[in-house]
Amino acid sequence: MIEVKNLVKCYGDKRAVDNISFKANDGEILGFLGPNGAGKSTTMNILTGYLSSTSGKALINGIDILEDPIGAKKQIGYLPEFPPLYMDMTVREYLYFIYDLKGCKYPRNTHLKEICELVKITDVYDRIIKNLSKGYRQRVGLAQALVGNPNVLILDEPTVGLDPKQIIEIRTLIKKLGKNHTVILSSHILSEVQAVCDRIVVINKGKIVADDTADNLSRTLTADHKLIARIDGPREEVIKIIQTIPGVVNVLADMQREKGVWEYNIEAVEGTDIRRDLFKRLASRNWYLVGLRSSELSLEDIFLKLTIGENVSEFLNSKAEDLDESEDDE
Amino acid sequence: MKAIFSREVSSYFNSLIGYIFLTAFFAASGVLFSITSLAYGSTDMSQMYSMLFFVLLVLIPILTMRTLAEDKRQKTDQCLLTAPVSLTALVMGKFFAAFLIYALGVCMTLVYAIIISFFGVVAWLEVLGTVVGLLLVGAAFIAVGILISSLTENQVIAAVGGFACMLALYLISSIAAIIPIDWIANILTKLSFSDRYYDFTYGIFDLSNVLFFLSATVIFIFLTIRVLERRRWS
Repeated sequence: MIEVKNLVKCYGDKRAVDNISFKANDGEILGFLGPNGAGKSTTMNILTGYLSSTSGKALINGIDILEDPIGAKKQIGYLPEFPPLYMDMTVREYLYFIYDLKGCKYPRNTHLKEICELVKITDVYDRIIKNLSKGYRQRVGLAQALVGNPNVLILDEPTVGLDPKQIIEIRTLIKKLGKNHTVILSSHILSEVQAVCDRIVVINKGKIVADDTADNLSRTLTADHKLIARIDGPREEVIKIIQTIPGVVNVLADMQREKGVWEYNIEAVEGTDIRRDLFKRLASRNWYLVGLRSSELSLEDIFLKLTIGENVSEFLNSKAEDLDESEDDE
Repeated sequence: MKAIFSREVSSYFNSLIGYIFLTAFFAASGVLFSITSLAYGSTDMSQMYSMLFFVLLVLIPILTMRTLAEDKRQKTDQCLLTAPVSLTALVMGKFFAAFLIYALGVCMTLVYAIIISFFGVVAWLEVLGTVVGLLLVGAAFIAVGILISSLTENQVIAAVGGFACMLALYLISSIAAIIPIDWIANILTKLSFSDRYYDFTYGIFDLSNVLFFLSATVIFIFLTIRVLERRRWS
C-alpha cells in the first residue's frame, strides 16, 4: 500500500509538487497521468527516497520513507524515467549486482532466470548493456525493479521507447504483476493508463485535478459528441448541411483525404448523438459517408475539461439553450 | 556495501582506468627506483618514496574522478540511492574499491625492496613504515578525490578539481613558510600533508601523523555523505 499525504516539493520558488494526497491499495494499479513537467517523476522520486519532500508524508506499506528509508526501500522496485543501467556491464553482471545490492534472499540463479523470462531478456543475458536497443534497455530496467520481488512497484513511463508489440507485452505483464503487487505507473498517454490501470490520478502543474476509477474517468472523458467524418461531396454545401443538424456547435473541414473526399471535425453539444441525423441528411442528398469515428480527447482537452470544468459546462449550456430555441422554431 | 565495492573494482578493470592507473604507478615508481637507488647502488629507498608523493598528486584524481560523477551523469545514482543501502555504505564501498586499486600499486614498491635485499641490507621496518604512510596519505587523497567527484557530473572537472585540491594540500607548508604571522603559519604547517608524509620517509613513525591522515580520510568521507544527503533536499 502506498499512501501520500499533503506532499509538497519546492525547487527554489517553484512548487513542482503542490500539496498532493492519494492512496494506492494492495493489488491495485494506479495510473499517474499528466503532461511533461507535471510533477509525476518528482512525486515518484520522493516515493522512492531519491528526493526528499519539502513537507508532507509518503508511506510505503505504512513505513515513512523519511523515518526508515532502508525499511521502506526494501519494499520498492523502481524503474526511473531513464533506466539506471551500467553501460559497461553485461545484463547478467548487472542483475547480479542489483541482486547483491538489494540483499536478496531468493536463490540467485533461479530468481533472476524467472525475471528474465518474465520480461523476455533471456536472449540478451550475456550481452553488454551498451549494445542493447532502447527497448531491451527498458526491459532490463524493468527486470532490475523486479529483483527481490518487492511488493510495491513504481514505474516511471515504462513503455517509452518500445515498439507496439512490446508495449502490449509490457502492459500485459504489468497487469499480471498488478494482481499481487501495488503498482504505480506514470504516463502521458491517456489510452495507456486506461488500458492498464484500475485507478487514475490526473496531475497537472503539481496539483491533482482528478482521482477516480478508470471506468468513471473514461465515462466523463469520452467524446462521443466530437466526431471525425469523411464525406464524399461538395465541401461548402456539406458544411452548410451539417450545421443545420440540431446540436451541432462547430464544423471544420480538415483536409482532402481522397479525391472529392474531405475530412470534417464535427463538434456537437455534449450528450447529443448526431450520427443518425448526419447519415440521413447526407443520404437524402446522395453524398456518401465513407468514414465516421468519434475523436479521442487529447491530453489538453482533458486538462481543459478537468481544470476549467465549470466554464466549459457553462459554455456548453449556453449552446444547448440555442439548440432548444432552434428546435422551437422548427 | 559489498555489492558496490565489487562492482566498482570490476568497473575499474572494465573501463581501463584501473590498468592505466596501475601502469602509470608502476612505471613512475620503477623509474624513481632506478634513478634514486639502482643508479647509485644505494639501499636507501626514502628518496623514491618521498618523490612518489608527486605521483599521487597526479594519479589519484584519475582514480577517483568517475566514482560519483559518472553515476550522476548516467543516472545510475537513482539505482544506488533508491536501493536499501545507506549513504555511508555507498560512499565506503566506492572508497574501498579505489583504495584497493591504489594499494595494489603501493604494494609494487615492496618488490623493489625485495630486489634490493638480494644485494644489500634493507631497513625493513623503515620501508614498511613508509608503505603504511603512503597508504595513509593515499587514503586521505582518495577521500578528497571522491568528495570532488560528488560535487560534479563531469569527470574532467572532477579530475582537475581533485588535482587542484591535492596541490593546495601539498603547498600548504610552502605557503605557511612565507606567512609572517606565527600562529597562522603554525596551524598551516600542522595541516600539511607533505610534511607529515615526509616524516614517514625519514623513518619516523609518529602516531599523531597516523591519526591525522585517518581523521582527514574520515572527515572527507563524511563531507561526501553530506553532499549526497544535501542533494536530496535541494
